[in-house]
Amino acid sequence: MSDVPPLPPDAEQSESSGPRIGADEWVARSGERSAHAGLVGRVSASYERVPKAAVFAFFVVLAAMVPLLSAQTANDQYFLRVGTVALLFALLALGLNVAVGFAGLLDLGYIAYYGVGAYGFAMLSSDKFGIHWQAWLVIPLVVVVSALLGFLLALPSRRLVGDYLAIVTLFFGQIFYIVVTQGYRVSLLGLNNDLGLDRANWDLTGGPNGIANVDRFNFFGLTASSERAYFYVTLVAVVVVFAALSLANRSRTGRAWRALHDDALAAQAMSMPVNWLKLLAIGLGAAVAALAGTINAALLQGAFPDDYNTQVLIIIYAMVILGGAGNLVGAVVGALVVEVLMLEGLRPQTPLSDWTSSGRWVVYGGILLVLVATIRPWRRLGAILAGVVAFGVAVHLIVAATTAHGADGLLNTGPVSYGDGGWLGWLIRHWLALPADTYATGTRAPFNAALVLLIVLVLVLTLLHGWARDLLMIPTIWLAGFVWETRLVLEASGPTRLLLLGAILIVVMTARPQGLLGKPRVEVV
Amino acid sequence: MAEPLLQLRGVSKAFGGLQCINALDLTVNEGEIVSVIGPNGAGKTTLFNLVTGMYRPDLGDILLDGTSLVGLPPHKITQRGVARTFQTLRLFLNMSVKENVMAAAYGHTKASLGESILRLPRARREERETNELAAEKLSFFGQRLMGYRWSQPAYSLSYANRRRLEIARATATKPRILLLDEPAAGMNPVETHEITELIGQLRQEGGYTILVIEHDMHVVEGISDRVVAIDHGVKIAEGTYEQVATDPRVVEAYLGTTAKERT
Repeated sequence: MSDVPPLPPDAEQSESSGPRIGADEWVARSGERSAHAGLVGRVSASYERVPKAAVFAFFVVLAAMVPLLSAQTANDQYFLRVGTVALLFALLALGLNVAVGFAGLLDLGYIAYYGVGAYGFAMLSSDKFGIHWQAWLVIPLVVVVSALLGFLLALPSRRLVGDYLAIVTLFFGQIFYIVVTQGYRVSLLGLNNDLGLDRANWDLTGGPNGIANVDRFNFFGLTASSERAYFYVTLVAVVVVFAALSLANRSRTGRAWRALHDDALAAQAMSMPVNWLKLLAIGLGAAVAALAGTINAALLQGAFPDDYNTQVLIIIYAMVILGGAGNLVGAVVGALVVEVLMLEGLRPQTPLSDWTSSGRWVVYGGILLVLVATIRPWRRLGAILAGVVAFGVAVHLIVAATTAHGADGLLNTGPVSYGDGGWLGWLIRHWLALPADTYATGTRAPFNAALVLLIVLVLVLTLLHGWARDLLMIPTIWLAGFVWETRLVLEASGPTRLLLLGAILIVVMTARPQGLLGKPRVEVV
Repeated sequence: MAEPLLQLRGVSKAFGGLQCINALDLTVNEGEIVSVIGPNGAGKTTLFNLVTGMYRPDLGDILLDGTSLVGLPPHKITQRGVARTFQTLRLFLNMSVKENVMAAAYGHTKASLGESILRLPRARREERETNELAAEKLSFFGQRLMGYRWSQPAYSLSYANRRRLEIARATATKPRILLLDEPAAGMNPVETHEITELIGQLRQEGGYTILVIEHDMHVVEGISDRVVAIDHGVKIAEGTYEQVATDPRVVEAYLGTTAKERT
């Protein structure tokens, strides 16, 4: 048998000439080459050469300038609040990313730590118990208590993985909600009277009403009382946590978390104490969530149970998964996209809705984006889009010619009147066929039927393939526009908003399962 | 003779009614290369799982350098100096080649999470050392795991390179004894030959004591100081390759017939 074949002499070549065509390295780098081709590739290649710290600093400065911009608008306070809430969600997404993204632990009890932070701060800085400690003392205390609680709750579940861990931690999260909503009548086994205590039960959490009149952040006599102050406090928290987590991710502990995520047994065989690492990941996430909780309590000047329920947890999960689990930038981007674009952008009658035309930009833009992202080749996409436009115009002309009812009704929202004029309004009016009295009361029944028909059409779409699917897609998209304009545009502040968020997420995640910035994972090869 | 590095004394392990390992005695001396052979299901991998703490023996004792390993969790046993590779490759597939090796340095680095975040001197020093260690362990395989491969995810590696990376990862735990579970499985003849030479090099250059499970008799012949044959969890032969390979009980275990009947 011959010796090991020598490697090709040119295996180690200088950077400029690159590997020989056909060699292992050349094959392995084919992805890089195609990624760096074309204009987009060249731009992204030069972006990659910029030091990461400089990019980070640039975005921090950019975020810090948001209040200066919002001060120029008439709705300074509103935009500051949206910014603060978005940053708060970014903080929560970063914390959740430690357990879910790094260590791969499906921790559904995460929301409890957010709540512990808020209630902890509320109890120690409000009239509730007459304790008014300063924020510099309460914040570290609450964060440490929450981290310890994270350890404690992770302790019984440290041997569980996957679905089992999810169920147990969800249970802990629910317990927190129940304890908080029922915590207004706490007694010692119902024996308070028999024990001669001063009252039959105590009110600890305020129950469903929560704790109101919570103090503002007070650092050594300096009180943060304006929206602007909370924006900056939250921004500083996000920056510090982001930097800390990205350093943690690159440390031996970060590597061990990722190893544990890939293969817990192998990680253990390679000298990593997996149980301790799990506790550490959940504890660190709990600390970040508690920090966010204290900020939220001081911002709202109260702690209310419904800010810490499972619905909020699911939204934070949506942010982490949309951004790409395991990616810190992804967590922040996911939080900003979901909160600003989807949750606030879809809400009608807000200052932001003037800019999004009551969420129309989000909905039509979302549909268009999905079509562009999923339909190949370009010819097919072009044909479908042309078909959608032609179909709409034809329907509009037919309806306008055949009924005396009118076909140009469109909701007029905000100071920018797309209903009466404006090019978007003009386009929508001539594409859809909306009755003149669309928004008058008593005209709901046909629109409800349209919504049901839309749902049926979408379901049928999933069963079809090939040209039939393309053909059916045309009336479906048109009907989606019709249903949005006649029904959902008014209702988007309620649960409809979350349904739309869910629909958008399903489509985005189908097109890009690893999330916006995540790397595709390989589980078993 | 000095104390053996690894010593199994009457180790037994049963799963339900199945006696996987039955009163097994085994010693491995410092600097030795010992091969474990046996038919499928003989209990070879179970033996490795017992030594590395994945399973706890029902009876008997496992000693490393005179100290018992029984009852210690796997990561503690690895920190004491026992590292293994897996028959069914278990790399950290989504981590880069270099990170796979660096991750295994966890056991002999000390910097806490706080130190790493604050980049205190100890964390920075350990990080530098871990980098150097990974480069050193990967360079053991010539150019195969070097250069551009460092930053590639482990899942992009070929099968043979995955086996090599497993060995590199195991050595990064700074073990005294390496347990290699079928290092040549699924390799072509050239690669198998390379592995045979590599195991010798691991002892010479790395100073590791090696316990290896192997089916390929050419490899076993090429590397072993001593061969141990087990079947149904019982040691049926022990000695040099020639002694074990011609032992009638070993032939019977593999071929299902007695040597007498065959001749």
